[in-house]
Amino acid sequence: MNKIDDISGTEYKYVGTRPVRPDGVDKVTGKAQFGADLYAPGMLFAKILRSPHAHARILSVNTDKAEALDGVKAVLTYADLELGDGGHDLEDDMNHVLENVMARGKALYDGHAVAAVAANSASIAKRALKLIDVEYEVLPHVTDIEKAIAPDAPIIHEDMYTQDMDPKPEKPSNVARRMEIGHGDIEAGFEKADFIFERRFRTEAAHQGYIEPHACLANYRSDGHAEIWCCTQGHFMVRSACAALLGMDLSKLRVTASEIGGGFGGKTTVFIEPVALALSRKCGRPVKLVMDRDEVFRASGPTPSSVIDVKIGANKEGVITAGFAELWFQGGAFPGSVIDLGAMCSFACYNLENVKAIGWDVVVNRPKSAAYRAPGAPMAAFAVESALDDLADRIGIDPIDFRLKNAAEEGTIASFGPKFRRIGLKETLEAAKASDHYNSQLGPNQGRGVASGFWFNFGGTTSASIKIELDGTAVVTVGTPDIGGSRASMCQMAAETLGIPYEDVRCIVADTSSLPYSATTEGSRTTHSSGMATVYAAQNAIGVMCSRAAMIWGIPEDAVDWKDGHARPSGANAGDFEPMSLAEIAKKAHETGGPIAGHCEFEAGKVGQSFGTHIADAEIDPETGFTKIVRYTVIQDAGRAIHPSYVEGQYQGGAVQGIGWALNEEYIYGEDGRLQNAGFLDYRMPVCSDVPMIETEIVEVPNTGHPFGVRGVGETPIAPPLGAIGNALSHAIGRRMDTIPMSPPRVLEAVNGG
Amino acid sequence: MRYLAPASVDEAVSALAAEPGKTGILAGGTDLLVQMKTGLIEPDLIVDIKKINDLNAIRRENGGFRIGAGVSGAQMGEHAELARAWPGVVESVNLIGSTQIQGRATAAGNLCNASPAADSVPALIAASAVASVAGPGGTREIAVEDFIAAPGQSVLEKGEIVVSLFLPSRPEHASDAYERFIPRTEMDIAVVGVGISVDTSAEGEVKNARVGIGAVAPTPLLVNEAADAIVGTKLDEEALERCASAAMAACSPINDKRGTIDFRIKVAGALAKRVAKRAYCRARG
Repeated sequence: MNKIDDISGTEYKYVGTRPVRPDGVDKVTGKAQFGADLYAPGMLFAKILRSPHAHARILSVNTDKAEALDGVKAVLTYADLELGDGGHDLEDDMNHVLENVMARGKALYDGHAVAAVAANSASIAKRALKLIDVEYEVLPHVTDIEKAIAPDAPIIHEDMYTQDMDPKPEKPSNVARRMEIGHGDIEAGFEKADFIFERRFRTEAAHQGYIEPHACLANYRSDGHAEIWCCTQGHFMVRSACAALLGMDLSKLRVTASEIGGGFGGKTTVFIEPVALALSRKCGRPVKLVMDRDEVFRASGPTPSSVIDVKIGANKEGVITAGFAELWFQGGAFPGSVIDLGAMCSFACYNLENVKAIGWDVVVNRPKSAAYRAPGAPMAAFAVESALDDLADRIGIDPIDFRLKNAAEEGTIASFGPKFRRIGLKETLEAAKASDHYNSQLGPNQGRGVASGFWFNFGGTTSASIKIELDGTAVVTVGTPDIGGSRASMCQMAAETLGIPYEDVRCIVADTSSLPYSATTEGSRTTHSSGMATVYAAQNAIGVMCSRAAMIWGIPEDAVDWKDGHARPSGANAGDFEPMSLAEIAKKAHETGGPIAGHCEFEAGKVGQSFGTHIADAEIDPETGFTKIVRYTVIQDAGRAIHPSYVEGQYQGGAVQGIGWALNEEYIYGEDGRLQNAGFLDYRMPVCSDVPMIETEIVEVPNTGHPFGVRGVGETPIAPPLGAIGNALSHAIGRRMDTIPMSPPRVLEAVNGG
Repeated sequence: MRYLAPASVDEAVSALAAEPGKTGILAGGTDLLVQMKTGLIEPDLIVDIKKINDLNAIRRENGGFRIGAGVSGAQMGEHAELARAWPGVVESVNLIGSTQIQGRATAAGNLCNASPAADSVPALIAASAVASVAGPGGTREIAVEDFIAAPGQSVLEKGEIVVSLFLPSRPEHASDAYERFIPRTEMDIAVVGVGISVDTSAEGEVKNARVGIGAVAPTPLLVNEAADAIVGTKLDEEALERCASAAMAACSPINDKRGTIDFRIKVAGALAKRVAKRAYCRARG
């Protein structure tokens, strides 16, 4: 059970082991309660009416007939929602969130919500939707980036002028904002280059594809207090957004996060919760609202699609002399396409003297994009890692050696500003080079690709509390929904800190009224931030236990130490008393001053960035363009793997999602601007038989800012796959692939020289 | 909406013929229920034919096989004699959906759904399968290649139902095969599907052949020119190339979310060669 830390030599009893997850039994026996699993007495069922047009002015919405239908209890339109002045902490423009939740004036994409109904049954609600008369004036639409930025494009927001431009533009456009990062002089850098790669890359939008559709139950009570139960990555975020959109006090709304069937960033915003709550407010009954799968595709938050021009120069020695990228991301019908993150991730893996990235935030008639696992990074890495692959070939250097030669390390000034602390990119590249996979032979029609990737990892507002029960067990309470096994990790870190068995610690995710604010589970922040909060809360409780022991022994508080789950007299009193276990101290809690607990509320900083390197082997069928990924390896720096199985699971999951995005997943819009593949039949995520067993290797270069060395691990694994697979296919075919997805028609065209 | 589960074909036919509104026939339900759930159709009457005993069995008849309209793909897969005689038909039916779907979905339902991309239909066409139809005016036999009129539309008249599919007996040295192209490895819909049946002489010469192709035209096609290209040959490279060219020439696909015209035509040619070889190898044992 004991594990010696290879790097620091620290011996851990629970950290780094693979115990059974606390939520596992409920999940495999079907008892876990997800978003749609809660029922309330008198509950109504809601449905949303959605625009069939990509872009249309809403001239009128007549709900009379729907309201008159027997069994209909409330009908909602934009007129029922108005932005309050309630305090919230969210970065999103709440006007956009409001308009996305329910169209006002114009429907901006196929699937945009226009009205909603709550009724005694789902079938009555469905029938009522058909009785709502919406008069549309259909407008010209645009769903493609290159068409949206063309001079003759239909303008989606007449009042939108490109921000951060000098001089200020005179005409409105579909480009919301320009941004730029970088340092050095790229022109001078390109002059020093012996080889230059320059090309345009394109990626189509992908969806997170979480298995659980958005679902919630809202209950607005007659005294103005309300509750929401929903599947979300951040119930504090849901509370902030709903309170803002309905003009409520934060303290009057209690949000509980259900178990969650995947989120991957797609559940970091609201779509249906404010609608259900407003319907409940209107009719005074609990309202359940569950999206259908086609609604999830049409009207939740897929990734941006992208167009990326990249230009990279290198000299004969294999040193990159300059890197430049210009990126256009469409974030759907509203500004905010994660263009900044994409631009910042472009060159994050490399130590460049001259580097620049320009980003353009574009709006089109598509649903408002949301985060998807390392938002922005996969597209940027696809372009840059493809360029590096081509340059390595031309220079005549091994692609891993080329990356090693230019890899970012401790002290490197990142293209986006900060200086990296200790990071582990080089270690992942070295491990890749030494791997069995990289040294294996390829078969006919096969190609191998390598790519690296980066994610920042987030910290942020976090709280946790821990209580020591009278029987010597402990309960940890956190405010970050558990998506990837974080409750198990919290229990491991608490057990390690307190010195009691893993089985004696339970972790729950508390509702918004039971714990101070915690930011959303996103950005790979939870094991880092809630983990730190848990450790600090446990240390806080240890302080209380030491003082109780001091009281029992009649010695000063500072003369008590905590080791291996016991209070021990120290200093002058060392050895005077037998060490007292946590259980013994807990048992006397009510005689020594009351319940024992600890808590932590803080802004988690000191994040450790995460880097990874992937190796992909792809085999093509030259007659059909079918691609099979025959071998795939993920190597990534985890800092410290608290629960290695869940770290490996993150690596494998990210790789599989990347394989899907690289080969077949895509949003397909017709000439009419409507989504053509709003279902899993034609939105082709990989099934089990489509992917090989993903091999993993955990590299551990501890983050010195975390008590156990944790770096977030969830996002980085999806950054390299598009590039790794693109490089593998380019080698298998003998032509550079530049468009995602690399679906069979595109591969066959490339094979045939197209 | 009414639901009816008659015990006889006559009862089913009269109920369907008498219904003034929209009707739906429920066998496996793997198309009907999905279409109802997504709002594509809203039938006034659903007639469940699974309670009609006759329709749930596979029977030998004149050396061939009569497959009831309620027989699931799983039942066909488990029928050893059928799988030996018509491996291509069985493999085509067993490619539809997942294992769970296989337990419900029927070959007759796949035909009645009338999709241009239906997996079983090119294989059934290649197999010279005939659908037995019962209706208010009596019964009739329809060759599978004549059954689908347009995408989503069969030649069935009001009140008619498919009662069974008949597959003829097999001589020695004969077999069939079906293959489709999908971007994934399973759980997908054919972008191109090719079914080929061959009947060979003791010396290995193709005596008779039939080629069915799907997803490359508004309806699945019987391509006689592709069959003629291999008849009289021992499936040499040249014959295979001619078969592929004929299959490609018969295609009139559209550009859509599942593939381009050019892609579908090229893949139809590639599959025709592969499937012909597999059918031939099976026929030669």
